[in-house]
Amino acid sequence: MLRLASPLRLKRAGIVGMNRRNVELIAENNPRSMFPLVDDKLKTKALLRKDGIAAPRLLGVVRQTGQIKELPAFLKAFPSFVMKPSQGSGGKGILVITGRDGDSYVKPSGKTVPFAEVARHVNNTLSGLFSLGGKPDAAMIEAMIDFDPVFDDYSFEGVPDIRVIVYKGFPMMAMTRLSTAQSDGKANLHQGAVGVGLDIATGLAMRAVQFNRPVHTHPDTGADLTSIAVPLWRDIVELAAQCYQSSQLGYLGVDVVLDRTQGPQVLELNARPGLAIQVANGRGMAPRVAAIEALLRTEGAPNTPTGRAQWSMDVLAKL
Amino acid sequence: MTAKTQLRILVAVLLIIGLGATAYKHLVLGFPLTPGESSRIWTVQAQMTFRAQGDPVKAQLNLPDMTRHLYVVPEGIAPRGYGYHVEQVGSQRMAVWEARAPTGDQRLFFRARVYKGGGIATQLPPPSDPPAKPIFAEPEAAAADALLADAYAHSADATGLALRLARSLWGDAAKPVRETLLGQKSTNASRTKLLLKLLHASDVPAHELTGFYLTDNSRSVTMEHLIELWDGTEWQVVVPKEGIKGMPEDFLPWQSNGEFLMQVDGGTDSKVSFATIVDKISSRQLAVQMGQQTGAGLIDFSVFALPVDVQNTFATLLLIPIGALVVVVMRNLVGLQTSGTFMPILIAMVFVQTDLLVGLALFIVVVGAGLVIRGYLTSLNLLLVPRIAAVLIVVTTLYLLLAVVGFKLGIEAALSVTFFPMIIIAWTIERMSVLAEEEGMWDVFVQSFGSLLTATIAYLLMINQQVSFLTFAFPELLLVVLAIILVIGQYTGFRLSELRRFEPLASEKE
Repeated sequence: MLRLASPLRLKRAGIVGMNRRNVELIAENNPRSMFPLVDDKLKTKALLRKDGIAAPRLLGVVRQTGQIKELPAFLKAFPSFVMKPSQGSGGKGILVITGRDGDSYVKPSGKTVPFAEVARHVNNTLSGLFSLGGKPDAAMIEAMIDFDPVFDDYSFEGVPDIRVIVYKGFPMMAMTRLSTAQSDGKANLHQGAVGVGLDIATGLAMRAVQFNRPVHTHPDTGADLTSIAVPLWRDIVELAAQCYQSSQLGYLGVDVVLDRTQGPQVLELNARPGLAIQVANGRGMAPRVAAIEALLRTEGAPNTPTGRAQWSMDVLAKL
Repeated sequence: MTAKTQLRILVAVLLIIGLGATAYKHLVLGFPLTPGESSRIWTVQAQMTFRAQGDPVKAQLNLPDMTRHLYVVPEGIAPRGYGYHVEQVGSQRMAVWEARAPTGDQRLFFRARVYKGGGIATQLPPPSDPPAKPIFAEPEAAAADALLADAYAHSADATGLALRLARSLWGDAAKPVRETLLGQKSTNASRTKLLLKLLHASDVPAHELTGFYLTDNSRSVTMEHLIELWDGTEWQVVVPKEGIKGMPEDFLPWQSNGEFLMQVDGGTDSKVSFATIVDKISSRQLAVQMGQQTGAGLIDFSVFALPVDVQNTFATLLLIPIGALVVVVMRNLVGLQTSGTFMPILIAMVFVQTDLLVGLALFIVVVGAGLVIRGYLTSLNLLLVPRIAAVLIVVTTLYLLLAVVGFKLGIEAALSVTFFPMIIIAWTIERMSVLAEEEGMWDVFVQSFGSLLTATIAYLLMINQQVSFLTFAFPELLLVVLAIILVIGQYTGFRLSELRRFEPLASEKE
C-alpha cells in the first residue's frame, strides 16, 4: 500500500528534502567554482596531497595516447594498481590489476589479460568513453588499497566505503553502503544496496535498511549487520573534518576507505551528497544542521578539524 | 538586500505587471477571457441576381450597419468582369458593382463577417423637422384616433406610446380596429408601416429599421422590421412584434432611415436574398481580429502586430512556458524523474501534432527499438560522438521503416513519426541506454514513465483551448508563470515523492 507521511511529521522528524538540500545546503554553501575540484579526481588528489590528507597514492597519469607505449615499462614497478578515469561517473571504467603472470596482467577474478587489453582500456578512458558527457579524459593509476577485513562478511562484491557528510567542517552523519546481489554489486541504495547508518560518535552500526525497510542481516552473506563496528573511528571523523579545509565546500560528502596498514584514506569528495543517509541513520539532518549553525553563531566554536570532529562526536550523535 | 527579499519584490512586480496588463486588456479593451465568450462569428451573404441586356450596369447594395453588439467587416467580392467599390452617400454606405456590357443572368455576392461585441454604432443626427402628418381617410381615421387615444392614455413618453401601439397592432385586444385599418390578413411589414404612420400622426419622428436576426446557419433569411424613434433626447429602437425596447443583441440592421436596399441600373428582374453561416472561428483568430480592430497601444506593440504566419509560430512558442511550468511542478513539487530536463516539453509539442495515443505509441516503439540496437552498439565499445551519430542513423532508419511499413499496412498514423525531432530522440535513446547500463532497466522505466507522464500533462494543457487562448491573447501572463516558477525555485519544502521516501522515518518517531 502506498503510505504517505504528512509533510508536518517529516518536518518534525527533522528530515531534509531534495529542494531544501539544493537551495539551503548546496546552493548557499558550495561555491560553483569549487565543483571542478571535486568532479575531477586528479584535482581532488592534488588538493588533498597539498593539505597532507591521507589518500591512495597516485602512481601516474596517462594524458595522451602517445604515452601508452611507455606504460609497460612504467608499470613494471607496480605489481598491483587501480586504473580510473579522472572524471568518471558511477564507478565506470575502473580496472583493477592485482598482479602479473609473465607479461599478462591478473584481474581480481583471477583472469589474466594481455597488455593490449590494458592499452585499450586506457585508450577508451582518454577518449572519454567513461566520463560524463564524453569529455576527453585522463587515466589515473593509483596504488591499490589493502582493504581492512572489517567489511569482509558484509559485502556481496567490492569493498564498501564509508560516507561521511560534513557540514561547514563538522562531520554530521555517516553511513556505509553494502552492495547486494539484488543491487547487482552496486552501492546504490535505491537499487537494493543495504545502507547501514553509523553512529557519528562511535562508528557502531545503528540500523540497516534495504529498500527503505529495516533489515538485520545481509541478504546475501547472512552476516549480522547490527554488529558492524568500524575501527579507527576517531581518525575517520577527523579525516573527514580536514577535507572541509581543503575543499571549502560547506556541504560535503567524504568517501573514506580503510587500509589495513595505512588507516583511513579519502577516496573521493562529493559536492552533492544525497539524502539516503537519513534513511540509513533513521534520523533527519535538520536538527544537526541547526545545532552547527547555532554553534557557529557563538564565540567558542572550535576552529580546528580535531576540535570540530570532537564536538560532532560529543554533541551531534545525541540529536 | 537578501536574495529572498529581492525575489519577493521581483515576484510582486511580475505579478502586478502581468495581472495588471491582463486586467486592463479585459476590462478596458474588452478582450474576452474565455474563448467561448465570443467564438460565434457569422458570415452573412447577400446575393443579388438580375438579367442584363448588354447595357452598362450599375448595381448598388446598401451595406449593413454596426450595432453596439455587432461588429461588421464588409468583404465585397468582385466577379469577373465587374468593378467593385464602396460608396458613401450621406450616412448611407453602399457596395457598388459596375460593368460595361454584361449579358444574361448576373449573380453578385456581398459578404460580411459579423463579430459579437465591440461594434461602433453609427450616431444618427437628431431629426430636424417634425414628421409630415399622414392623412387617414374615413373610416381609417376614426380607428386610428381610437388607437392613438388609447396609447396616449397608457403611456408617458414617445417610446411608451410606440410600445402601446405595437401591443394593439400585434396583440388580439384591438383586433377589430386593426382589421379596419389593415384588413383581415396583415403582415409584419404592413403593421410596421401602420405603426410608423401612427407615430408620425402623433408627431414622433420615427423610421423603419430592416434587417435580420443572426441565428444558426440559414440559407434564406426572413427580414424583420424594427422601429427607430426619437424620444426627444435620443434615438430608441423598438421591436414592435415582441413589444420590447432596445436593440436586440443579435439583430443585424441592413437598411434604415429610408435607405434603399438595392438598386440595379441597366438590369431587369433584380432580386436579393440573404444567407448566414455560423463560423467556428478559433478564439485565437478572434483575439487577433479584435486586436487589429480596436488598435490600442498595448496591441500595436504586441504579438498582434506581427504578420499572421509569425503569429502562428508564436501561438506555439507561447505554449512552451506552460510546458516548462509543468516540468518544474512535476520535478520539484511532485518529485518525478524525467529523462532530460525539458525533453518532456518537446515530446508534448510532438503529441500536439500527432495526437496523444499515436504519439505515445510511436515514442515507445521508436525509443524501445532504438534501445535494443543501442544495446548492441555498446558491446562494440564505440567512442561517444560516432556512437551517437550511429544512433541517429538508426533512428532515421526506424522512422523510414515505421512510415513505410505503417503506410503499407494501412496505419496512416505511423506517418506522423516524422514529427518527432530526430536529434532529441537519438539523445534520449543514448541517455536511456547509459542509464540502463549504470543504474539498471528499472531506472529507465521510472524515467520514461516520468517523462511521458509529464509530457502528457503538458500536452493536455497545451491543447486546452482556454490555456492556448490565454497564452496567446494575454502574453503578459507569461510574467505570472515566471513569478510562479521563481517562487517554486525558492521552495525548500518536501516533494510529494519524499513523503513516501521518508515515510519510515516519520512513523518511527511516533
